[in-house]
Amino acid sequence: MIKITEKHIDVQKVIETATSLSAGAVNVFIGTVRNNAHGKNVLWLEYEAYETMAVGEIRKIIDEASQRWPLLGWAISHRIGTLKPGEVSVVVAVSTPHRKDSFDACQFIIDTVKEKAPIWKKEVFEDGEEWISARPEMEFKG
Amino acid sequence: MMNKFKIKAFGITKDILGGKETIIEIKGKTVADLRFTLNERFPQLLGLRSLYIAVNSDYAEEGRILEDSDEIALIPPVSGG
Repeated sequence: MIKITEKHIDVQKVIETATSLSAGAVNVFIGTVRNNAHGKNVLWLEYEAYETMAVGEIRKIIDEASQRWPLLGWAISHRIGTLKPGEVSVVVAVSTPHRKDSFDACQFIIDTVKEKAPIWKKEVFEDGEEWISARPEMEFKG
Repeated sequence: MMNKFKIKAFGITKDILGGKETIIEIKGKTVADLRFTLNERFPQLLGLRSLYIAVNSDYAEEGRILEDSDEIALIPPVSGG
C-alpha cells in the first residue's frame, strides 16, 4: 500500500497492512513534525507532493527493497497539507522473517523516500517561512 | 523554432514561477532547451541546490525531446519525510 493523504495517518492500519503471518518481525518508522528548527519555534509545516510521481518513485524504492531483503509485507503512508508539531508525517512498515532484515529494509526505504520522492515541506515560523533544503545556504537535515 | 509547453511547478519553484502551472515558450524542444529558457526568465532558479525536470512522472535526461502531450514538472530539492 502506498498512500499520499491529506488525512490523519492511522499508524495501526499501516502496520496491519504490512503484517504477514509468516513474518517474525514487523519494523515501523514513524516520522513526526518537530516543534523547532534552527533555534526557532515551528508553528506548522506545509507538505506538498507531486502525487503521481511520488507514488511511482516510492514503488521503485519498494521494488529495490524487495530485491535486497525478503519482504513479506510493506506499507507506506505520507501526509500532505498542513501539519502541526507532534503530528505524524510519514509511516513506513515492513515485515520480514527475521528482525535484522526488517530494520535494514525499513531504514533503506525511509532514507530513499526522503532522498528521491517528489515531496516538499515548508516550515512556517512566527517571522517567516522557508522551503526546506531548497537553497545551498539553507542546508539543514530535514 | 519556438515551442510552447505547460510546466507544473512544486515547492519553491511554484513561488519562483508564480503559480502551479506556467506556459513557457522555448527555442528548441529538449529538456536542456527548456532549462536554458527557465534560467533566463527566472534567474532565482539558479540559486537552488538542485533542479530536476520530470517528464511524465519520471526524472528526465537533459537530451530528452519534449512532446506536446508530455506532462512536464519542475522538481526542486525534495524534503519529504
